[in-house]
Amino acid sequence: MSTATVPARRVAELSSAPVPAPRPAAWRSNLILFWQILRANPLTLVGFILVVLVSVTAFLVVVVPLITKPLLGHALSILPYPALDAGAFPVTQAPSFAHPFGTDNAGADVFSNVLAALPTDLGIGFTVSGVSLVAGGLLGLVAGFWDKPGTLSGLISTTIMRLTDIFLSFPTLVLALAISATLGRGEYQSELAVLITWWPFYVRLTRGEVLAIKIQPYVIAARAAGVTETRILFRHVVRNLIEPLAVYFSMDVGTVIVTYSTIAYIGVGVPSSIPEWGNLMPGYQDLILTAPWTVWSVTAAIFVTVLGFSLLGDGLRDILDPRSRRIMATTASARGSTEK
Amino acid sequence: MGRSRSDLVVFVAKRLVQLIPVLIGVIVITFFFTHIAVANPCVAWAGPKASPSAITACEHLYGLDKPLPVQFVNYLKGLVSGDWGYDPLYQVPVLTAIEQYFPATLELVLASIFLMVVVGIPLGVVAAASNGRIADHLVRIFYLSGWATPTYIAGAVLAIGVGSTLGISGGAFSTLSSPVRTLTHMSVVDALLAGNLSATGDALAHLILPATALAFINMGIATRMTRSSMLETLPLDFVKTARMKGLGEFVVLYKHALRNALITTTTVLGITAGTMVSGTVVVESIFRWPGMGLYAFSAITDYDFNGTIGVVIFFAIVVVVANLVADVLYGVLDPRVEWR
Repeated sequence: MSTATVPARRVAELSSAPVPAPRPAAWRSNLILFWQILRANPLTLVGFILVVLVSVTAFLVVVVPLITKPLLGHALSILPYPALDAGAFPVTQAPSFAHPFGTDNAGADVFSNVLAALPTDLGIGFTVSGVSLVAGGLLGLVAGFWDKPGTLSGLISTTIMRLTDIFLSFPTLVLALAISATLGRGEYQSELAVLITWWPFYVRLTRGEVLAIKIQPYVIAARAAGVTETRILFRHVVRNLIEPLAVYFSMDVGTVIVTYSTIAYIGVGVPSSIPEWGNLMPGYQDLILTAPWTVWSVTAAIFVTVLGFSLLGDGLRDILDPRSRRIMATTASARGSTEK
Repeated sequence: MGRSRSDLVVFVAKRLVQLIPVLIGVIVITFFFTHIAVANPCVAWAGPKASPSAITACEHLYGLDKPLPVQFVNYLKGLVSGDWGYDPLYQVPVLTAIEQYFPATLELVLASIFLMVVVGIPLGVVAAASNGRIADHLVRIFYLSGWATPTYIAGAVLAIGVGSTLGISGGAFSTLSSPVRTLTHMSVVDALLAGNLSATGDALAHLILPATALAFINMGIATRMTRSSMLETLPLDFVKTARMKGLGEFVVLYKHALRNALITTTTVLGITAGTMVSGTVVVESIFRWPGMGLYAFSAITDYDFNGTIGVVIFFAIVVVVANLVADVLYGVLDPRVEWR
């Protein structure tokens, strides 16, 4: 029997046959690929290093006191001094060996303040983007994959998209500020406020990608061959969503941090007793001419964190997007031929 | 489906009709968030030492003692009758306040977009022309740096650092200059209409710093879009033809390729204009710029519920209209697009 006469059912059986277990080297070759990608683009590597550095530091700020407390009987911290400790030192001291970022107008060590704020800001960046990614991604997947008009699922899909359209027409920051002011000052209140305005972007992105993937020839071929919908969903659709969502997510963590700290800066976010970058700025901004190190320390902290995520995401987009990869290749080869 | 004028009219009319459910959703959601979770604004206004009878009187005056559905119907009545509710803090109808403050914001946003166009677009061309080489990397670092600097930091540094060093106070004019009659509420336009050149210069000097602060974070959008659409345009045949004709590189880049690439950039700038109104809350409150952002800031931080709902709804309308304008612009600029 030649392969041309293999019935469709047999093809379906073949394609749904258990996949052989991945060779142990598979994840290692993925890692090598990731490393090659990073090496090919130095700015992306810088972004990756910054993200790792910032994340590890934030982790240590939180974990070191938690571990040393039961072990040593007293908590050690990688913060040189307690944060927001007013009156601990002479005010507005220029940076020195004891105070690398100087002291502020309350006499607290600026380096400790800025470092203590890192876990708060980074944690919120990851939490808000992460929850939005999962919630918005699922809604977008549902709205994109089961959008047949005239069915119940089509109705659900339409409802999701109408609701998303409404939330997308809000100016993000203004709505987040209004909700934050309404809920009252607090770490979780303003986190919730940002989250309420954040998820729709993921719905729109995911749905658009799903609609584009659904009409790809390989999906149509799989469906013609009788592959089940669930299998198409996970093997073809979800698998192809990972890349665009990863790019968007890595850019997004920084954007959330900027928005969240803006809410604190305006004065309706985190209470001033909690170290947070946006929170530190109102007190520091008037010192910009007399004690500029206060402002520059906060700026540098936000800058390094957000830039890290942006560089990583921006580089990943160029690498993962086949269209821009092709452009890079053609222009590179064109330049090579003209320069010869 | 075509490109005639009547097709355009049908397209715009259709889009406007689609807006109605979105705007209804915006009104319901905003009202819900600001009224269900809100701490009683009367308590906040009256202060901690207020007598209970004063608070009751305040609640009665603004209809806050009525059940929520009744309050909502009352609000809708105000919206339809055209005053958008009464602003308890400014003692004017909200719509009157918006009419007074919006022109100044429009002026600020237009000035920012002007900056983004004259700085951002040439940078995008430079980056695309040197794709992958050092200039490209420098431009990328520049625009990602803008993205990594929150508007409140750029604003504070420009207002307190640069502004006070140069002797430019906050607001639309310096207090020293002769007052100009307010016709349009746009400082530069009013000064020009009055034929007062020194006041025009003064108004421009006061406009440039807040406009820069507002443009800074979005500067990269124009650059990035120009860069990527230039990269798509440069390998095309007509660009090669232009080069083969012996045209100079400047003419090829800016007259042939950029003209094509600008289609996407213009559209994205239109959408950005809609989201930039969010940023005005921060910039205007720092620079005391007498526009919608400052009004929104005081409404949100002072629990001015009618003002808050009013600005959120108004900003949502701005976002939606900006998106529509962007769509129309795209169609007008790209002769291949059909209205549908």
